[in-house]
Amino acid sequence: MKRLLMLLALVLAPLATATLRADDTMPPAPYAYRQLDDPRLEAKAQALMETIRCLTCQSQSIADSDASLAGDMRSQIRERIARGESPEAIRQWLIDRYGDYITYSPRVTSLTWPLFAAPLAILALAALLLRRRFVRGERA
Amino acid sequence: MSETPAKHFRLGLWLPLALFAAIVALVAWGLLHPPSRDIPSRFVGHPLPAFDLPAGSDDRPGLGTADFAGKPRLLNVFASWCIPCAAEAPQLEQLRAAGADIYGVAVRDQKADLAGFLARNGNPYARIGRDDRSVVQLAIGSSGVPETYVIDAQGVIRYQHIGDIRPEDVSLILGKLQEAAQ
Repeated sequence: MKRLLMLLALVLAPLATATLRADDTMPPAPYAYRQLDDPRLEAKAQALMETIRCLTCQSQSIADSDASLAGDMRSQIRERIARGESPEAIRQWLIDRYGDYITYSPRVTSLTWPLFAAPLAILALAALLLRRRFVRGERA
Repeated sequence: MSETPAKHFRLGLWLPLALFAAIVALVAWGLLHPPSRDIPSRFVGHPLPAFDLPAGSDDRPGLGTADFAGKPRLLNVFASWCIPCAAEAPQLEQLRAAGADIYGVAVRDQKADLAGFLARNGNPYARIGRDDRSVVQLAIGSSGVPETYVIDAQGVIRYQHIGDIRPEDVSLILGKLQEAAQ
């Protein structure tokens, strides 16, 4: 009986969430699923879209996400690149609105510089330690 | 003299365990306090970007940046397909009754769906603009629906409320509106 109930719950659970899930019925924006005609411009747009975080599915990029907001962002990015805007200007426009969180390609700022400095410092320390060890070894 | 090496030895024994305990504590704390998934708009403090949206309903005018001149107002980003938006409708009505002027931005919404939503949940909006491609939503740094912004008489964004307005949020938002008037 218990097993039957569990099975029933498993079968019915997706139905319950389906009724709770809300989605719009608006057709996708013109360039949400359509590439730009110029392959050079499309490559630029694609490279940018792969490094912009989807606001709805927060661990995906907007290039990977089918969320409608991600579609609108892709369309806007393609249209702006077709108009001649640079990808980095568009990235900055998004950072101005959503913060560094929106970009997957980290920038060097007063807050993030240790991320970039730490590996260099560790490498330098390792070189120093190894040098000492080798020099001692030669003498012995 | 002979005690010093023994003490060093003991420290070397306990330090890894202490480090391990510290890492376990850090991970446990992270599990018990998951970070908020809200993405606050960095556009609070900036003037509204220029926009001019067509009307989303037949009995209310559309919405443009110029409509915000004169007095502080609420800008509610919503949609008929958004369930928390229906949940916050009574609170929006309460805000309207308390004298707040509420302008709506309907995100990716069909006119017929919107009319049904307003008939079911009431219409607290003085104006409703249709944002069919989330253009205004992106331009003000909004990451979902519903969100509510306080806009002052100069058209500057003064406050952002993320998610549905709960009954306990109403007085806070009225306070922010008053603050924006000063």
